[in-house]
Amino acid sequence: MSSTIAQKRGFASTLWDYLTTVDHKKIGIMYLIAGGFFFLVGGLEAMAIRWQLVRPENDFVSAGFYNELLTMHGTTMIFLAAMPLIFALMNAVVPLQIGARDVAFPFLNSLGFWLFLFGGVLLNCSWFLGGAPDAGWTAYAPLSTTSPGHGVDFYVLGLQISGAGTLIGGINFLVTIVNMRAPGMTYMRMPLFTWTAFVTSALILFAFPALTVGLFLLMFDRMFGSGFFDAGMGGNSVIWEHLFWIFGHPEVYILILPAFGVFSDVFSTFSKKRLFGYTAMVFATVLIGFLGFMVWAHHMFTVGLGPAANSIFAVATMAIAVPTGIKIFNWLFTLWGGNIKINSAMLWALGFIPSFTIGGMTGVMLAAAAADYQFHDTYFVVAHFHYVIVGGVVFGIFSGLHYWWPKMFGKILNEGLGKFTFWTFFIGFHLTFFIQHFLGLMGMPRRYWIYLENQGLDTGNAVSTAGAFLMAIGTIVFLYNVIITSVKGEKVSGDPWDGRTLEWSIPSPPPHYNFRQTPLVRGLDPLWIEKSEGRKGMTPAEPLGDIHMPNSSILPFVMSLGLFIASFGFIYQTSDKSWLSLVFIGMGILLGCMFIRSVKDDHGYHIHKEDLDKEAGL
Amino acid sequence: MKGWMGKIRTLLLLSSLSLILSGCGKENLTAFLPKGYGADVSLGIIITSLVVMIFVFVVVMIIYTFVLVRYRQKKGQEDFVPKQTEGNKALEVVWTVIPILLLVIIAVPTIAATYDLADKSGQKDALNISVTGNQYWWHFSYDDQEIQTSQDLYIPTGKKVYLNMISSDVLHSFWVPSISGKMDTNPENENTMYIEAYEEGVYWGKCAELCGPSHSKMDFKVVAVSQEEFDQWVSDMQNVDPEATPEATSAQEGQKLFEQNCLSCHAIGSSPVAVAPNLTNFGDRTKIAGVVDYSKENLVDWILYPEEIKPGNKMVNAPYFGEHKDMKEFEDEAEKIADYLLQLKPSEITPDSAQ
Ligand code: HEC
Ligand SMILES: [Cu+2]
Repeated sequence: MSSTIAQKRGFASTLWDYLTTVDHKKIGIMYLIAGGFFFLVGGLEAMAIRWQLVRPENDFVSAGFYNELLTMHGTTMIFLAAMPLIFALMNAVVPLQIGARDVAFPFLNSLGFWLFLFGGVLLNCSWFLGGAPDAGWTAYAPLSTTSPGHGVDFYVLGLQISGAGTLIGGINFLVTIVNMRAPGMTYMRMPLFTWTAFVTSALILFAFPALTVGLFLLMFDRMFGSGFFDAGMGGNSVIWEHLFWIFGHPEVYILILPAFGVFSDVFSTFSKKRLFGYTAMVFATVLIGFLGFMVWAHHMFTVGLGPAANSIFAVATMAIAVPTGIKIFNWLFTLWGGNIKINSAMLWALGFIPSFTIGGMTGVMLAAAAADYQFHDTYFVVAHFHYVIVGGVVFGIFSGLHYWWPKMFGKILNEGLGKFTFWTFFIGFHLTFFIQHFLGLMGMPRRYWIYLENQGLDTGNAVSTAGAFLMAIGTIVFLYNVIITSVKGEKVSGDPWDGRTLEWSIPSPPPHYNFRQTPLVRGLDPLWIEKSEGRKGMTPAEPLGDIHMPNSSILPFVMSLGLFIASFGFIYQTSDKSWLSLVFIGMGILLGCMFIRSVKDDHGYHIHKEDLDKEAGL
Repeated sequence: MKGWMGKIRTLLLLSSLSLILSGCGKENLTAFLPKGYGADVSLGIIITSLVVMIFVFVVVMIIYTFVLVRYRQKKGQEDFVPKQTEGNKALEVVWTVIPILLLVIIAVPTIAATYDLADKSGQKDALNISVTGNQYWWHFSYDDQEIQTSQDLYIPTGKKVYLNMISSDVLHSFWVPSISGKMDTNPENENTMYIEAYEEGVYWGKCAELCGPSHSKMDFKVVAVSQEEFDQWVSDMQNVDPEATPEATSAQEGQKLFEQNCLSCHAIGSSPVAVAPNLTNFGDRTKIAGVVDYSKENLVDWILYPEEIKPGNKMVNAPYFGEHKDMKEFEDEAEKIADYLLQLKPSEITPDSAQ
């Protein structure tokens, strides 16, 4: 309904609507568009990398530019593609799954999005302003502290801003899930996707501050002459590695857990069965999240921490395989005895199982410190983390998008194109990355601009590049699918998949207040319970009444813009102090907005009962 | 233990050989064909963990295939509602306990190997070499022997050699896949690792930590020779006369030019200054600057256009680049210097000896 109204309103007012919206569904769509865009940018960078490596000693790009490409590919894919796409799904689905009308802090939700977007744009401005960061997405000091030009400065400020957005988003979802569940929706009745969103948000809360601190220290080293990571000044570069991975390892789980949640919901829906071992699944999720903080030094086995530290972190890392294994088997037994319908969403989920199992296997192998001395920083590692991040997170995002597309947009993505995308992407993915395990052990370190002739690495690299092209084709077809579906797709009902959870009990796309009446939840898979008892929908937990909704606001956008402007001041004041004026302007805008927000009362507005009736009558 | 491990190893090697056309990679580079103790131990752990993990994978895939074949929706049964099972305690205990046991199988040898590879008990009596990683070259200092060399690391076979490693600038990582796993060089602390080569040979080394534009060109070699040959090399290197006048006239002129243009960075002899590779035995190098094939032509190219060969390398700071608008003007001089450098062969022990 809201979208049809928007269509009538014309472009300018639609734009204004999105700039000011605090509606989690629209914010979800914006995360999807922005994350999708950065996914394409990161993909383009990946294609350039693979083309450079198609043959030995190739000169498609220069050495310096190659380092920029690999840095930006990693940074973009993790921070600007995977994270926001996960947030897109969380925004679109979590409030619906718990029967809420919005998130706990709609204003902050919007602020989180705009911070992320401006951070991402800032980072990518570096391409046009003298060169992108080139010290790897891990930005190890001293390479990052000594890298000439402003590339790494853009990295520091871009990630600082978008990281703040992520942190805000995480806190918002924590509070939302704690406070806004519908009557009867106890913790142990929450759908697995909501559970994983919950644990992921907690991980964000504890992991991102480590990144924030690290980035601040790096910023001071680069811009204000401090020496936190400079051995010559009594600093220590290994500290950066610790700070980065104390954030960086949990980050992997921040990304993968929601994907696990997607698969849990998808498997259960399309085998028409309750999730097998729900309680174990929840505890496995929490345990993975917890252990995720205990293992960061497995990225640092070759740093020289000594055999005691290496052994402890090796064993802790292996331990994570146990809850992960529990999950894999629970999924398999969810399918067991089910009535399995294989459509695009399900294909991605089914493709995930073998792919992720391989990623998990190599994960355990990497955890064995004495073996990691060979694996570390080679293409074996590149293969491993693409198996978990693409085979896990990206497959999860694709699965989730196919599954919830009708909920978000009221139309089902074209099945034929969906299957074509899956198969090209899936085959391309294994073609690209499987062989890289071997390349690594055959003596190819990662982040290599060239490899020499006659080192036995030619065939493997050529195969890998061919695979990358298949993945690109799959992605393009997916884009085409999105366009063709929005133009020609047919409207579907609120519950096209015979769903089990609350989001399927309301129309697709949902009205902006989500639930006319807050539903009463009577167990796990609440909608399924009602349907199996012969009812059409949820029983309301309250009589029809006025609905309280938050007001839109442009402030989050302006605040983020302020930080964006201030960042340029910070970056360029190193060469010319007059740039500091931008810092004052930008920070002034930010603080001004915060002041306005603090003194202006904003009580939101009410949708009246009568209007609800009218809408229902339409 | 060793026996069946060996068998599995050959089996795996064979299968990976058939998997990829290029087999296990190039000898003396690949980690699949270990020629030294560290690489051997690591490969043992790799294979142990791989075997266990393949077992897990097979179990998962059997259930997966069965489930998909057996329970896929059949025509006309779209509305069939299966039994809504909640779970199964016994099963869940099984797939918690068995993985734990499997992990123990991997963890125990892992810990043993990790301590083994960090063992420093024999360090005092062994050969100790200080290794410095620089953007984009490696320096080796034999402190007790007072020998300095760069790029090619000479070691005796069959002995543990201790490397005490540090970086002079950014992080690097010392990796000779056929001989041993890697160890980072950090700017603030010295890391120690030992290597032991089983056989004589020239082994490829790589830098494995992103260190700048020429990271992928920071190759080096480990030249493993017999103990007698190594002793000979040591005494030859100790008796070098850094100022020895070469025979050919062009090389003599080259020596002068070298002293004017290059000596400020490059040492010849045992001077511990190491802002640039030590060139004492440059005539016996396997490669120029780690990556370029060894020839006079390439050497002249390197002297004239190092940036084109290794982007971002620090030799471009040499004053003679500023003194010439077009490096062609310097070509004659460069040829003479090359003549001089190519005849710096203080020892009969060369990479060719490592057979
Ligand atoms: C500013 C200091 C500096 C000066 C002056 C300098 N070089 Fe270099 N040179 C270097 C550095 C640094 C490297 C290592 C480059 C690399 O591999 O990254 C190097 C490498 C080399 C190598 C390769 C060494 C090897 O072991 O493979 C040769 C040969 C060489 N220089 C010759 C010369 C000659 C000849 C001159 C004088 C005409 C000269 N250099 C002047 C710094 C210098
Ligand atoms: Cu290096």
